[in-house]
Amino acid sequence: MDFYGVALGSRLLLGTAGYPSPAILAEAVRRSGAEVVTVSLRRESGAERAGQGFWSLIRELGVRVLPNTAGCHTVREAVTTAQMAREVFGTSWIKLEVIGNHDTLQPDVFGLVEAAGLLAADGFEVFPYTTEDLVVGERLVEAGCRVLMPWGAPIGSGRGLNNLYGLRAMRAHFPDIPLVVDAGIGLPSQAAAAMELGYDAVLLNTAVARAGDPALMAAAFGQAIEAGRQAYLAEPMPMRDMAVPSTPVLGLAFRG
Amino acid sequence: MRGGDPSNLIQVMLAKGWVLNRAAARSVSPPACRMKRGGGVSVTVVGAGVAGLTTALALSEGGAEVSVIERGPALGVGACSWLAGGMLAPGCEQESAEPLISDWGMEALAYWPARHAATCQRGTLVMAPARDAPDLDRFARRTTGHQRLDAEGIARLEPDLGGRFRAALFFPLEAHLDPRAALVSLASLLEARGVAIHFDTTFRPGTSSEPIVDCCGLAAIDALPDLRGVKGEMLLLRCPELTLSRPIRLLHPRFPIYIVPRGNGVFMLGATMIESAERGRVSARSVVELLNAAYALHPAFAEAEILELGADARPAFPDNLPRLRQLGRTLYVNGLFRHGFLLSPALAARAADYVLHGTQYPEVMDEDPRQQRSA
Repeated sequence: MDFYGVALGSRLLLGTAGYPSPAILAEAVRRSGAEVVTVSLRRESGAERAGQGFWSLIRELGVRVLPNTAGCHTVREAVTTAQMAREVFGTSWIKLEVIGNHDTLQPDVFGLVEAAGLLAADGFEVFPYTTEDLVVGERLVEAGCRVLMPWGAPIGSGRGLNNLYGLRAMRAHFPDIPLVVDAGIGLPSQAAAAMELGYDAVLLNTAVARAGDPALMAAAFGQAIEAGRQAYLAEPMPMRDMAVPSTPVLGLAFRG
Repeated sequence: MRGGDPSNLIQVMLAKGWVLNRAAARSVSPPACRMKRGGGVSVTVVGAGVAGLTTALALSEGGAEVSVIERGPALGVGACSWLAGGMLAPGCEQESAEPLISDWGMEALAYWPARHAATCQRGTLVMAPARDAPDLDRFARRTTGHQRLDAEGIARLEPDLGGRFRAALFFPLEAHLDPRAALVSLASLLEARGVAIHFDTTFRPGTSSEPIVDCCGLAAIDALPDLRGVKGEMLLLRCPELTLSRPIRLLHPRFPIYIVPRGNGVFMLGATMIESAERGRVSARSVVELLNAAYALHPAFAEAEILELGADARPAFPDNLPRLRQLGRTLYVNGLFRHGFLLSPALAARAADYVLHGTQYPEVMDEDPRQQRSA
């Protein structure tokens, strides 16, 4: 799998917010096998340089950082936050969030497309947090995005994949664009389901951070995502309405 | 609540000389190594926040001759203890903290009433807005020592909240105090024991070999490179039409918001948790979030008077657990994070035990990480 030319072994992207302590976060990242972590500049910094303590802990994890624009509600906010993040973390990767609604934290897809265009023109490699809408996806690709990240369900809701049909259609519509289910995952089985649809990766945070044992849950997600990927590659059997015995019955002496 | 009125507090502090006239500021070097007649060791404690004062008291009670050095001009100035919530809630802390926090925090429930008579032991109420009801179940699963209350139970404990919430968790053994008044009580106890607090004084290590106990929080970051700041913002509100008898925690997806009654219609509202060492700046976003929570608890807060906005950074190690770390002749007592008043009694007792008797506490003692790296 590759994002903007960077090859990655793990298909789990892990968020870094809301853990009981940075030490538990570090253990969760290690156990999950994740090679990319997302970091919120807005939430965790306060002033530009004052969050050094936490950021140096993130850097010590030895994984690639995908800064995000969490909590931004306008194009301008998101663009400014992305520019700050590039300076602070020294990466042109940005997970772009432009939030359109306080209750559902769903993306403002109009602002998202506009901000993605501005950032791509400015040399950013944009990972947009979007809905499963195909036309929005097309506009994002036109704006320069080479990864799309549709939601499974509202952020932090843990509801899994709300629109299986939509997500499946998106996979079929964008066969060559890396697709990441971002947000709404609560259980490893839901992450595995996303991977079985053929998604390239899963991004999650709360499901691990708010688990009773975050490191153990991180390990469970790592395994589930790997299992889901292998299941996709192995081509699952088709579903049917009637039972099909796994042992042939024709030619047996007795049927009872 | 006795000692809860800020104006009283300032009068006490003035009378005691704990609010210093800058012109009279002393420049005191730590005393040379002295042995008390009783054979007690002489110890300098650096920092007069809650960690410093409890440690000084424990050392003095253990027989040491103690002096306290504080770079700030008066009690509480520059100490993040001044902005603390003052909740003694070892049960609630089980929700997100390591077991050590609640185990050691239990000691605070006996310590503070004996040293600060105005400590209130009326329990804690934990509630969630209806839309966040699953979070209350999670909180209940992760903690012990609580009772589940329905709307009637809530109204019996806090009549002003009657009819506003359908479910709550009640932690009956927990307590709260006004941190500022509690610091004054500690300073009084120290004064009665002949322990002087030298304000406006920068610590200069002399050449003697007497033990130094450094309790100066984030200011020790040069010696403790794995220390970091976790910013917290708080408000003091006056809302005379509302009466609450105990701290209320309102579950919130990002940080625990709590409202602690300070008496006389004054409420402390806290606290944000932001990974930042920034001190002093209160952001509009945080104020909006904190006030929204207060308003969700009771609409009367909409008319509250804002008495004070405060922000500071809590000192924390990567696992958010405290440390006793010996470097040279200095023992660092640090990393109390957001548990200053909850943990300082237990940590101070162990720090004093280590300094005076050499007792080891491996659960909070580690090697200096710099040495680990070079090893």
